[in-house]
Amino acid sequence: MTEHTDVVIGLEIHCQLNTQTKLFCGCATDYKTDGPNTHVCPICLGLPGALPMINRKAVEYGLRVAKALNLEVPEESEFARKNYFYPDLPKGYQITMYDRPLAVRGHLEIEGDDGEKDIRITRIHLEEDPGRLVHRAGAGRVAYTLVDYNRSGIPLIEIVTEPDLRSPKEARRFLNKLRATLEYLDVYDGEREGGLRVDANISIRGSERVEVKNISSYRGVEKALTFEITRQKNLIRRGLRVVRETRHFQEGRGITTSARSKETENDYRYFPEPDLRPLRVKDWVEAIALPELPDARRDRFMATYGISLNHARTLTGDLRLAEFYEALAAKVEPTLAATWTADTLLGELNYRDMPVTTVPLDHFTDLVGLVGRGEVTDRVAVDVLRALLNAVVNNETPVKPLDYVREHNLGKGAADAFAAVIDAVIAENPQAVADYREGRGTALNFLVGQAMKKTRGKADPKEITPLIAARIAPKEGA
Amino acid sequence: MGSVAFDAEDRWNAFITICRRAGHGDGPLAGVPVAVKDIISTAGIQTTCGSLVLKGYVPPYDAHVVELVKAAGAAVVGKTNMDEFGMGTTTESSAFGPTTNPVDTTRVPGGSSGGSAAAVASGMVPMALGTDTGGSIRCPAAFCGIVGLKPTYGRVSRYGLVAYANSLEGIGPMAGNVEDVSRLFSVIAGPDARDATSIDRPYTHTPSSDRIRGLRIGVPAEFFGEGVDPAVAERVRAAIGDLADLGAEIVECSMPSMAFALAAYYVTCTSEASSNLARFDGVRYGPDIVSKRSWHEAYQEHRREHLGKEVRRRIMLGTFALSAGYYGKYYAKAQEARKNVGEDFARLFADVDVIAGPTMPTTAFALGEKTADPLSMYLADILTVPANLAGVPAISVPCGTVNGLPVGLQLIGRHCEEELIIDAACAYEEAQR
Repeated sequence: MTEHTDVVIGLEIHCQLNTQTKLFCGCATDYKTDGPNTHVCPICLGLPGALPMINRKAVEYGLRVAKALNLEVPEESEFARKNYFYPDLPKGYQITMYDRPLAVRGHLEIEGDDGEKDIRITRIHLEEDPGRLVHRAGAGRVAYTLVDYNRSGIPLIEIVTEPDLRSPKEARRFLNKLRATLEYLDVYDGEREGGLRVDANISIRGSERVEVKNISSYRGVEKALTFEITRQKNLIRRGLRVVRETRHFQEGRGITTSARSKETENDYRYFPEPDLRPLRVKDWVEAIALPELPDARRDRFMATYGISLNHARTLTGDLRLAEFYEALAAKVEPTLAATWTADTLLGELNYRDMPVTTVPLDHFTDLVGLVGRGEVTDRVAVDVLRALLNAVVNNETPVKPLDYVREHNLGKGAADAFAAVIDAVIAENPQAVADYREGRGTALNFLVGQAMKKTRGKADPKEITPLIAARIAPKEGA
Repeated sequence: MGSVAFDAEDRWNAFITICRRAGHGDGPLAGVPVAVKDIISTAGIQTTCGSLVLKGYVPPYDAHVVELVKAAGAAVVGKTNMDEFGMGTTTESSAFGPTTNPVDTTRVPGGSSGGSAAAVASGMVPMALGTDTGGSIRCPAAFCGIVGLKPTYGRVSRYGLVAYANSLEGIGPMAGNVEDVSRLFSVIAGPDARDATSIDRPYTHTPSSDRIRGLRIGVPAEFFGEGVDPAVAERVRAAIGDLADLGAEIVECSMPSMAFALAAYYVTCTSEASSNLARFDGVRYGPDIVSKRSWHEAYQEHRREHLGKEVRRRIMLGTFALSAGYYGKYYAKAQEARKNVGEDFARLFADVDVIAGPTMPTTAFALGEKTADPLSMYLADILTVPANLAGVPAISVPCGTVNGLPVGLQLIGRHCEEELIIDAACAYEEAQR
């Protein structure tokens, strides 16, 4: 049992599918580097008289997700219109699915707070993304808003879970697993900005449910949920009621605020989209061949490379990381490769907010090779890695690790080459030597640390520790 | 290749936009001047739908049918007047003033394709494109004494037709005689990959009066019931008698679903309209939006000022019908009634080949007669809406006059059997000569 067993969370995830063209027209989706309103046509601009035509690829992508998440695909599904006014919505309605979604009732297994658990998926459906508003700041009347319709009509998949999540951490784990699955399925590009948006329903058991809308990052989900749980628990503790409402997550401030505006009181007046025929795609599902998914790859990594469950889980939790690791493990010892990728490299990448795809694989392979052959200490290797990553960040050509080590004279010295250093350390720290002789083992660590410092990390602690110990060991029988 | 000098004088206000010099190509309609209802998009030519909200809107693309008409060599000589967004039976709700009936200029031409009908009836053009959501081709054809065909739903692409009620409407030909209607229909019918509701049934038929012999024609009692002018009923009965003389077999029958057809029609078309017309918010096209404190207010004012009274009425009706708590009571129920109409037709068409009756319950109204009483105007659609609800084809062919005003004979056919109703209309027309 954990502290969050009274917390109930369900998620609605909107995710952009990485099709080449938009959901209902032929406009290309790769508008990222192009100017505003350059990837538009009468259809995605909602010009009078234009009609939507369904992109079969988007339907197929949706079905891939349905199959991977174990959903049932009904004989017939149907697009519907969600009617509301907003300047980014060119038709005054969004084409989405309502009471007849693409697929229903599935599940995804995650590592929960109390071990493995299935999170039930209620439904998935397809819908179109609206355009994007660009607010131009200005003093008073100068402020204005521009609309960019490049995003209008980009296919989205909406995935709705049952309220099966019990903590913000579980919610984050679910999202990570979902994202990995979508990437493995090659239907989603996680590096695309704004590619994923989450609405979360959250309640404390016995109290009203609150919807937090428009969380646009993974970290945001955990932050927003944590804030909400604290807020709701505080209300309950003070004897106040949690009000059933919609709240907005303020990413910058890490808080949620009530959205008591008219826009959330919309009656969307859904009705079947008369410009499209119902979809009959149940037959397509069988023909869809799923690729290896994260869990299968995790198990294969453990079996093939003999690495730990934790390492395997981390390395397969991101498609690009998994591919990076496999390329590395083909050239250096796999368990060492796993440690250096999952523990060291990933930490350094997260610190710099770098994707693994920017790491030069050859350089990293060489580095792990140096460690494996005992040519550098772990500490020196970390320094070399940092220099390598910093060079990438600064758009410099990274130096080959071997050259870097030579250039900076960082190769691991033979233990006896450090005799003079050990002599000096013992001479300079008589108190520590005395402490050790009196049985305080930690004093030895201090002396080793001093020796490392003098050699700028070149000495291998594993090798010099016994040397120092032997020099200062209490005399037998003394 | 060439161009047409179009210098006809428009004394009926049939056109919103006239192209005095129109280019044309080669093909079956080479050099034929064709008028296009102003709800069908034309690249480079203003397309207003008879509304202020689209005044100045010039589409960047041609509707599928306009591409086809041009490819057939026709010259698009102008955009015809209409009830705003097709919402009307008289062409009086146009923001560009009413069109008058060339037969009697104190009368309305019918609607909503009244401009196209008047352009043909006056002799300005030999043929025109109209659109029919609940009778908007057949009504003005009947009132002006010309021929108008509402095709099977999907047989002509709607791509580029500004939507009023997507599930009901379609584009069709209007002309002075059956042969020209058939010619224009053969140009515009066929599949279109840009319209998901389009069907692959091209039309290559040449009208023939030979098939009337032995044709079984059903005459539902409801088409001659309450609200139908007895003089009109008599004229149409006589026309059906003429068909019998030509060898057709007349079968008296009944269509009980007619009791709910009009209600089903108005709930469906207003619901769809409330959604379709939401895009006219002033952000992208049409007259400039006046900047207000909030976009909500700007939208409201823009729509209040630039949409006409009838359009606003239908948007509000449709918004209500789709609202939470009312959907089941109205929209869902209307779809049930709509299904009943379809089933009634299927039952009748198992026995008869064609269904005949009046197109309109009366002759053309006097100008202004219906403007103060929208409900009585809605009731005038009772005989035309069943074909739209079921998606079946129907043609209106002139069958004489009552007090000097034209009466239309309506012939309704099975799905994709335009050929048969055109043949029946052709036989009738020939016999009248």
